Amino acid sequence: MSANTARTRGSRSPLASFGLHATLLAASVVAVFPVLWILLTSLKPAEHAISTDFVKQPTLGNYEYLLEQSHFLSWFANSVLVAGVTTVLGVFIAATTGYAVSRFKFPGMKPLMWTLLITQMFPMAILIVPLYNLMGDLGLLNQPVGLIITYLTIAVPFCAWMMKGFFDTIPVEIDESGRVDGLNPFGTFWRLILPLAKPGLAVTGFYAFITAWGEVAYASAFMVGEENLTLAGGLQTFVTQYTSNWGAMSAASVLIAIPAAIFFVFAQRHLVAGMTAGATKG
Amino acid sequence: MAAHTSQSVAKAAGDDVEKDVAARGRSRRTDSGNRGGLRRALATHWYAWAMIAPVVLVLGVIIGWPLIRGVYLSLTDANERNVSRTIGARHIEATYEFVGLDNYAAVLGDPVFLQRLVWTVVWTVACVSITFTLGLVLANMLNRNFRGRAAYRMALILPWAVPGFVSVFAWRFLFNRDNGILNKILDGGGIAAVPWLDDPTWAKFSVVAVTVWLGVPFMMVALLGGLQSIPGELYEAAEMDGASPWQRFRHITLPGLRAVSMTVILLSTIWTFNMFPVIFLLTRGGPGDSTEILVTQAFREAFVASPRDFAGSATWGVLILALLMIFALVYRRSLRKQGEVW
Repeated sequence: MSANTARTRGSRSPLASFGLHATLLAASVVAVFPVLWILLTSLKPAEHAISTDFVKQPTLGNYEYLLEQSHFLSWFANSVLVAGVTTVLGVFIAATTGYAVSRFKFPGMKPLMWTLLITQMFPMAILIVPLYNLMGDLGLLNQPVGLIITYLTIAVPFCAWMMKGFFDTIPVEIDESGRVDGLNPFGTFWRLILPLAKPGLAVTGFYAFITAWGEVAYASAFMVGEENLTLAGGLQTFVTQYTSNWGAMSAASVLIAIPAAIFFVFAQRHLVAGMTAGATKG
Repeated sequence: MAAHTSQSVAKAAGDDVEKDVAARGRSRRTDSGNRGGLRRALATHWYAWAMIAPVVLVLGVIIGWPLIRGVYLSLTDANERNVSRTIGARHIEATYEFVGLDNYAAVLGDPVFLQRLVWTVVWTVACVSITFTLGLVLANMLNRNFRGRAAYRMALILPWAVPGFVSVFAWRFLFNRDNGILNKILDGGGIAAVPWLDDPTWAKFSVVAVTVWLGVPFMMVALLGGLQSIPGELYEAAEMDGASPWQRFRHITLPGLRAVSMTVILLSTIWTFNMFPVIFLLTRGGPGDSTEILVTQAFREAFVASPRDFAGSATWGVLILALLMIFALVYRRSLRKQGEVW
């Protein structure tokens, strides 16, 4: 397939042009359809959730049910709290490290970079039991605080890693001019570099937020009891072995996805740059 | 003391240095005084070290300690009945014991481990290779000038914008055996319902399909970025020399994408190997245990099975970590052999 696509670079015959559009159109349909179908389902009366009609009698009933009769709002609040605090703390703690690794050569730098990379590989399976027992001992199970501490294990390494990539894109001359003006390294970082890195901080923060927002394993294990769940846990309660409330599930999905998607559209260009920059320049 | 060490340092380094030291004046030298490498290192590097301190501290406390504890747990017989716990106001002390490598012997001696490992590897290789291939094809298509490019790009990125667990539930809805839209469409075409999630083989196909669906946008955007950084003159020159499109793809595009490809393949391999949500939410490892990968197995031991087997789960966790570290080392070495500084 790739041979085929490459062959048509430059000027295209009508046939090649048709092939290009047909392929992209098919791929787009596959990409969009599941999301669109959930959106349509959320607008159908709950009892018709499984019908294949496009919307026949559109209704907001599912949304009403969700907001008034389920714990959706408390799940949403829990998720916002947990993901929000994780993001702020994660970015805050990681920013200085990203800068230090980007600007200084110091003993321990290589092991630190490796640790950051390796910790991104393993957290869940090996940390979950010790963290679960630890949270149990501290009485933090079922508490947002417990989940926040846990999510920092995910957020901190990759925030530091991504931030290094962003700091690398800021010219070193700026640091030097700061140094000439009598700023110490921390002053240079705080007054000159951090303001310049704002877009990078925003993107890193967004990534941390989205990761915490969508985390499933820790959330499923640590939070029990309907009103303590986060969204990832809450959504599971609609579709279990015994019940399937597809109407509520689809409405909840839409409410969870839309804000994220809108924000994402603005951020996505930088997301990849940040991730791959950190890795290739490491 | 300071004078003595500075002298010896100077001597070791040669006469020129000694002169140099003398010329620079005594005060600076004795002031910074070096009781050895550590002190000097501290003087030059303390800013850097102070700046990484928060992360080192956090990593040490919330990753390092649990990690050590996890390894320790894997050497005990801890389960939900004998760990320390608080019931009401009563605190019960832990009674589990150190059992050495028994857990490892048990896990490695059990054919289940090999089964999980084989499926995890197959699943990872399948997901990453399909995702990469599709991402590469789509990125190449989108990298050209034609009408509607922006619209296609938006549509193709959409799956990435939706939180993973939401997408997985969406797919569960589509895959529903009796009522899912996929089977209704097939039915319309006269094809019998496919047991997407109820048959071991189809379930494996389904989890791979969903993971690919989730992963292609990231791959595509990353590779598109890589493609755009390849200078257009290279293609023009090659075209002038009469290189065929395939040759241009083979000798300009692929080498140009090397750095980006290596990174995204590494990342996506790690992510897929540890991909918990898709399997946990789509099939719960089932039907039976046919789609269970190593990570979901570790979770099952500690949080689904009864009694909860904390030691067993930790053992699976340590084994997963060991496998990933071996993978990272091999990957790094192979990159180095090809002359990549990474």
